Amino acid sequence: MGKRVLLIEDEPNIIEAISFILSRDGFTVHTHEDGETAMEKVRATPPDMIILDVMLPGRSGFDILRDLRADPMTAELPVLMLTARGQTKDRELAERLGADHFMTKPFSNSEVRDHVRAVLET
Amino acid sequence: MSVASEAKTGSRIRERRIDLGLRQADLAQSVGISASYLNLIEHNRRRIAGRLLGDIARSLDVEAALLMDGADREVLEQMQAAAIHSKSKAEIDRAEDLASRFPGWAELICEQTRRISNLEAKVQELSDRMSHDPALAASLHSVISSVTSIRSTASILTSDEKLDADWQSRFHKNIHDDAVRLAGNSESLIGYLEAPQETLIGNLPAQLVEEWVEGNYELIRGMETSGRAVAEVVEEAGLDSAASLLLTQYLDEAMSDAAVMPMSEFAKEAKKRDYHPGELAEVFETNLSAVFRRLSVLGPESGHPPMGLTVCDASGAILYQKTAPEFGLSRAGNACPRWPIFEALGQPGRPVEREVVLPTAPKTRFMCYAVAEQTLSVLNEPPIIKATMLAIPNPSEGAKPPLTVGPTCRICAATDCTARRELSVLTSA
Repeated sequence: MGKRVLLIEDEPNIIEAISFILSRDGFTVHTHEDGETAMEKVRATPPDMIILDVMLPGRSGFDILRDLRADPMTAELPVLMLTARGQTKDRELAERLGADHFMTKPFSNSEVRDHVRAVLET
Repeated sequence: MSVASEAKTGSRIRERRIDLGLRQADLAQSVGISASYLNLIEHNRRRIAGRLLGDIARSLDVEAALLMDGADREVLEQMQAAAIHSKSKAEIDRAEDLASRFPGWAELICEQTRRISNLEAKVQELSDRMSHDPALAASLHSVISSVTSIRSTASILTSDEKLDADWQSRFHKNIHDDAVRLAGNSESLIGYLEAPQETLIGNLPAQLVEEWVEGNYELIRGMETSGRAVAEVVEEAGLDSAASLLLTQYLDEAMSDAAVMPMSEFAKEAKKRDYHPGELAEVFETNLSAVFRRLSVLGPESGHPPMGLTVCDASGAILYQKTAPEFGLSRAGNACPRWPIFEALGQPGRPVEREVVLPTAPKTRFMCYAVAEQTLSVLNEPPIIKATMLAIPNPSEGAKPPLTVGPTCRICAATDCTARRELSVLTSA
């Protein structure tokens, strides 16, 4: 079984596309659509990396990132943030909260794949 | 309590001259004009300002500002504000001269200033939209998400020649679904962002409503007895959708107030109790803000004093305002913080009663009543607070000296004000 990637994203077709390309690359992809219960999912199925959307139903990705960094079990977990808002302040907030990388939508499949490979295959 | 005087400059000069026992000829001579010209001035057939007004004021041993009528003072304040706002080298101390000699141009300056202020507010609103308009943010997010999905899915379809038929079919369907959603969202977004030109450069919706209400008090009073539907009146008013929503809210509230305080009975009680809101609230068993609203619509034509009303939210943003002679708070968010409405915001549920005086018109006093009330409570959310203030002109002499309140710090002549935010151009020059 390959390294585990948890994709927290509420758009079903984006989930399907990203899951497809990462699975094809040998990664095990779990998905979760709801911001409110995302931390429960993280604790239930600890991943090796998280791809986290900012705008989620229930709780924002920034709040989830804050919780991840506050929990010793997940403080060092690599997080790639995805957002439709490319404003500088969002990028700065993501960095301040401890995201390892920040990608604005629309992104290319190769960008996502290359970043995940870089994080999990080193 | 007397009706506020709306006397013009000339009438005030005449009144003061007569009070001092001066002959018209003597006053005219003392300021270097003919008696016949002074007569025209006193009968408001000639406007004066600047040096001549100053000379007459000195001869009458009174502040020039006290001789100016409300409209003149308002125009002057707006012209001064326009000069300050534009940071121009306009000679602020010559504004009176300009207003007096060229009243049409003075009015144009004021009108242009109002339009510029509205435009700037609109630009700020538009530029803040992404951050503060959740509907727009959600709509844009949906568009970007559809585009992202289409891009990712199309990339898979075009780059993977060995993709099996099931996956191909699935991804084609996903692209189709996203394309349909994208088309719908794009159309909604364009409709949302497109606005007719007049709403971009016209008055704010709240001001449109206030103007409409000001011109239709009789119609509104008629609704109380005729039972005419609010929706029908709003449609007839022909305002844009934003203003119509506000007007509907205003009229719904007015009809609700009327049901508790029928006008004929209310007017009688109000006069009997010298317009005291506390007593009226007890008589009609209703809350203070409702009494304030009801008092503010009593018609001066029926002998009631013309009362002002201001309603604001917890941020101090003015939601509704009915001005009265010499009364009106700045809508630009920089009103004098000493107005009792802001004191009431600091103590929700505890009414404030305070007499105030304007620094530019020491004889213009108001008895202000203000209260901040919680209008909505939702679990786990901050309370929604609204403050309402009633201003009744020329109250009887109170036991305590009145509190000085101004227009806005930048053009306020008050000295030694503990609440001053910035220097006034009127005192710092």
